[in-house]
Amino acid sequence: MSDATQTAPRSGLSLGLRNVARGALPVAVVVGVLLALWLAAVGPMNFRLALDQATRGGADVIPATPQEQGETALIRLMLDNPGVLPAAYVFERPRLPRPQDVLIEMRDNTVGLARDCEWTGWGEGGENWSGLSNGCLRVINNRRSLIFHAWQTLAPTLLGFAIGTGLGILLAVGIVHNRTMDLSVMPWAIASQTIPILAIAPMVIVVLNAMGVQGLLPKSLISSYLSFFPVVVGMVKGLRSPNGMELDLMRTYSASGAQVFWKLRLPASLPYLFTSLKIGIAAALVGTIVAELPTGARFGLGARLLTGSYYGQTVQIWAALFTAAISAALLVWIIGAIERRVLTGMGLAR
Amino acid sequence: MTVLSGKTVAGLNPKIWLAVAACLIGFAYDWRVGLLLTIWFAAWGVNVVLSGQRARAARLAVPVIFGLTLLVLWQISVRAFGVNQVILPAPSDIWIAIIQNVPVLWADFIQTVVKGALSGYVIGAILAIGTAIAVDRSQFLQRGLLPVGNFIAALPIVGTAPILVMWFGFGWQSKAAVVVVMVFFPILVNAVAGLKATEAMQRDLMHTYAASYWQGLIKLRLPAALPFIFNGLKVCTTLALIGAIVAEFFGSPIVGMGFRIKTSFGTLELAMVWAEIAVSAVAGSGLYGLVALAERRLTFWHPSQQR
Repeated sequence: MSDATQTAPRSGLSLGLRNVARGALPVAVVVGVLLALWLAAVGPMNFRLALDQATRGGADVIPATPQEQGETALIRLMLDNPGVLPAAYVFERPRLPRPQDVLIEMRDNTVGLARDCEWTGWGEGGENWSGLSNGCLRVINNRRSLIFHAWQTLAPTLLGFAIGTGLGILLAVGIVHNRTMDLSVMPWAIASQTIPILAIAPMVIVVLNAMGVQGLLPKSLISSYLSFFPVVVGMVKGLRSPNGMELDLMRTYSASGAQVFWKLRLPASLPYLFTSLKIGIAAALVGTIVAELPTGARFGLGARLLTGSYYGQTVQIWAALFTAAISAALLVWIIGAIERRVLTGMGLAR
Repeated sequence: MTVLSGKTVAGLNPKIWLAVAACLIGFAYDWRVGLLLTIWFAAWGVNVVLSGQRARAARLAVPVIFGLTLLVLWQISVRAFGVNQVILPAPSDIWIAIIQNVPVLWADFIQTVVKGALSGYVIGAILAIGTAIAVDRSQFLQRGLLPVGNFIAALPIVGTAPILVMWFGFGWQSKAAVVVVMVFFPILVNAVAGLKATEAMQRDLMHTYAASYWQGLIKLRLPAALPFIFNGLKVCTTLALIGAIVAEFFGSPIVGMGFRIKTSFGTLELAMVWAEIAVSAVAGSGLYGLVALAERRLTFWHPSQQR
């Protein structure tokens, strides 16, 4: 990343080519290696299951009984029964599914859900707001749809993130302008980052439900808590980032406290704020997912993880995990895009 | 900045009048609200005075007073408003739960923190630093690994817990595995960045000494990378505890902090849940403190450690 910034002249095409050579290719190679490792691991991981199935199917395997197989090392089994290996790759409920199985599961549970999808037009003859037939909307509102579950998780995440960020910025402004607040709150804000509070997220949800708080709010409380402290810490650092010379300049302009804040401190804090926002939104998403885990939530990615683990549906777990990963990447990317736009507009882009 | 020294007559400071008015309105509304407001403003006033002092002790006292005030307000409001135990136990109840269950809490601590979190943390850190050194010679791999590692570090990796519990069983091994996966990428990214943190001049000096690759690594680049590595290690102390506790929600033997939180919650022993939270908070801060201490010992030369 730092290498790319050293190239001062930026013409579109040459930059694009250079980016491919410097950025995309190594990333593709690393991702390829990871995928290859995954594929290579599928066989050994599922081998015992496949061998067990082959034994019950009456195939000739060495050693013959399941008990002896259990006592034999995996590598020995694999060397003695190479014929079983292909079966380990096409397994109904594998310990480790192939990457493509996960992709197929994700496709089946998103676009694969559409039935009789056609354009019906808006207004007269239209079946709903979208102008598409109801069969199309199964993609987003079917109970199996990963998009449906992802939204059930994303909505509280975004609400909580907005609340946590707003409060965090307010507290940071207070801390910077009030010495008592700084000395009282700041040590606790920093210490609270070392406390694994996330682990009790599910319990908070249940308590709030018992108190009659339902819907989005309990989950978003967790995500707001998790995004709150990174924003406070980053924003305080950012608001304090103007150095003595810059503050002196504002003084020579005889700027008021409010002017120093709006024209110097706030703009100077934005790079720090965006960095914290990226950390905060990732933490907020993790918080919502964990909050969904043992609370008997029926919808949401965390609920998919949990039901998958109850019923041994490994492919479902992996699909939920990938959907969560894509959601997280999307959220961080959106904030990154806003960051680039804002900082470039302000001439602060590095 | 509020000026509140002995010379200031209370009548001259409008903020004090505002606080007194707020307390009186609180008492008029409900004596309990008034009591809480009075305690809050009194403690805040003490902190305002103390934070104006230059003495180091006064500065240290401010956060302590703030924390104690919150605890007292918590205790009084739970008792005065008669909050149901099931919703929020008072700090005194939590303290009693801690005292009465020391053996249980200790066993849970050993199971989750020492066996699960610490072993996973150490294995993950060694693997990550080893990987960083392994890819250190290849610019190509580094350029690929950094974005991928940064990407994965932002993912909800704790979601792999059900899979790893399925693979490694209900014992502490699966918790350690979750922790390894969680701490690996943040430490890796920091270590890779740290190994690049030397200046050309310093590397040239090693070159003029005819230092071999390994000598350069051990005497220059690894020490120079330590501030970065410790950055990753510090971030990961909390992650390790979260991973170990959350993984226990998916299956565990009948001991462990996550197990205890889950089952105590099922039987509505909220004080016990909070006791476990208190233990995890102490464990988290302690772990962080240990790593920070090691950092101060090992990177004493770094500007951020000098005061």
